[in-house]
Amino acid sequence: MLTPLFSSKLLIVLLFGTLFGLILGVLPGLGPTTGGALILPFTMTLDPLSAIVLLTSIYCAGTYGGAITAVLINTPGTPAAAATCLDGYPLAQKGEAGRALGMATVSSTVGGIFSVIILVFFAPLLAKLAYEFGQPEYFALAIFGLTMLSSIGEGSPIKNLIAGAFGILISTIGKDFMTSIDRFTYGINELSVGIGFIPVVVGLFAISEMLTQSTLLDQVFKRVALKAVKLPTKDDYKKTWKTILRSSGIGSFIGVLPAEGGTVASLIGYSEAKRFSKNPEEFGKGSIEGIAGAEAANNAATGGAMVPTLALGIPGSATTAVILTGLIIHGVRPGPDLFREQPDFLYGIFGAMLIANILFFIFGFFGAKIFARITLVPNKILWPMIFAVSVCGTYSLSQSIIDVWIMLFFGVLGFFMRRFGFSVVPVIIGLILGELVEGTLRQSLVIFDGNWLMFLTRPIALTFFILSLIALAFPLLRSKKQKK
Amino acid sequence: MNNVRKQKRANKSLPFFFKDEFKVSFIIVFISIILLISTFSFDIVPPILNRGIQPATFPKALLILIISLTLIIYYLSIKNPWKIGKKLPKTFFLTLLSFLIFVIISKTLDFFLAISVLSIFVSYNWGERRIFYLLLVSIIFPILVFIFFETILGLRFPPGIITNLYYY
Repeated sequence: MLTPLFSSKLLIVLLFGTLFGLILGVLPGLGPTTGGALILPFTMTLDPLSAIVLLTSIYCAGTYGGAITAVLINTPGTPAAAATCLDGYPLAQKGEAGRALGMATVSSTVGGIFSVIILVFFAPLLAKLAYEFGQPEYFALAIFGLTMLSSIGEGSPIKNLIAGAFGILISTIGKDFMTSIDRFTYGINELSVGIGFIPVVVGLFAISEMLTQSTLLDQVFKRVALKAVKLPTKDDYKKTWKTILRSSGIGSFIGVLPAEGGTVASLIGYSEAKRFSKNPEEFGKGSIEGIAGAEAANNAATGGAMVPTLALGIPGSATTAVILTGLIIHGVRPGPDLFREQPDFLYGIFGAMLIANILFFIFGFFGAKIFARITLVPNKILWPMIFAVSVCGTYSLSQSIIDVWIMLFFGVLGFFMRRFGFSVVPVIIGLILGELVEGTLRQSLVIFDGNWLMFLTRPIALTFFILSLIALAFPLLRSKKQKK
Repeated sequence: MNNVRKQKRANKSLPFFFKDEFKVSFIIVFISIILLISTFSFDIVPPILNRGIQPATFPKALLILIISLTLIIYYLSIKNPWKIGKKLPKTFFLTLLSFLIFVIISKTLDFFLAISVLSIFVSYNWGERRIFYLLLVSIIFPILVFIFFETILGLRFPPGIITNLYYY
């Protein structure tokens, strides 16, 4: 599998791609999708294998890179790292940034490698399974994703539901995708394309955190400790290996579905880690299992998302859409024939993903001690710098100053939400799943002539609905059991 | 923790309309009702073309859900008041003011000038007095960020009095 990669040129491409992806992943607002799109024109000078190796290494490393800022400054570098903030940042605040980063690196690597193995052995089979998913099944999957709203974060479940509904409401702003009718645009042209995900995420996490820090200036030096640079212990790995494997499986499966890729995978991986944990009360306060659950899942989704991309020519995520474009412009036609006609090319891609995972492990694990030192920088210097990067990253997305103002608006809103006990995470979950929920619900109703009962006639959809009910009932049953 | 308790006690003695729980719930319900009313002005798909639900139906359902849940949390808060942190310090309002200054300068003068002004304003108000660090956050770092985004990522920033010096 690795034979095609044993050339100095390809190894240099891999090294560059991994470093470039890591840097883009770390910068809030940018990420592997933007990185891939930026580098795409330059790949024209490369041969097809080198070009796709470059794009896939950016994809793998960029997905992991998002965890670094999520842990250190409560700002997910990529949307897929939003769930990592939940426990990564509290752990860093306790002065254990190195432990959090180390766990994020190890679980990301395991998740990534796990998904490559899945990709190698089960790509055609999984692609067939993904093909069975119609709109009702996606609707049921989205509902399953929403069941985590009541249990995520520290706040009251009802407040979480309000925040989640608000997130879904944000996703309805702009032109209705089915009829092109304007909703909540009030004549503002910029709103007709909807509100971007990045300004909301950066605002709710980074800017609201900056405002929070402005109220805690007297406590700044208390959280700084020397153990910030200590890495995870053997006990941490013993405690999390099951979570890592479970989330790797979840991430690989969610990644295969042409939906939201790593972002949805990490949220479900995190939620399931909490559900299966012996210490669910630690989640949201710096649980090492929470970091492992989210990070293993989002990196496992990278391999999963490559399955429909290569086997069916359907991108499994935004970044794989860029990779698919790369394949097409280099004259490679994805599909079942690719597996038969160009196995060397395919194994080159698989091998590149494997090596990219190992490379970002080396950079991440040994760099964790260095990255962790960011938490030692005084806030009065650190936060203005984070503001500058956040503003430029948000602006870079569509080169619109309106996005920057939206980011500031959500920053202030996020601060007051947190102040009054509303978690900001459900807003993100709602925003991610909102379009999927509404879109698939309405398309399903169109397909089945408005018959709501047809959801119950589809075995896969029904399974997800039953799982959703179990997921909702599980915390209640457990709390009753604990009371007894 | 003491501050939270003090605030909670102070909150209990206030008339209901001065309490944070009422104010927050009122704002959420008020905004939701305005949005709900605005959904009635959304265009309607003619019945002959309409398959499934109207574009306004889904947001309406969400807004009704938000209003209902807000009323529930307000009702619950009567018995069990929320824990709200201490009074906001002056630095918070100054940071908020810096955002406003950022918006005004970025709109009228220059995007990077706005970043520099905000950085020095925040850093100074948060207690930094050393000239080197003030210069680092307000000039050196924004220049590095500009170089990275402009030259490496090929991004073009909006024109302004400082950015134009580079572009023209």
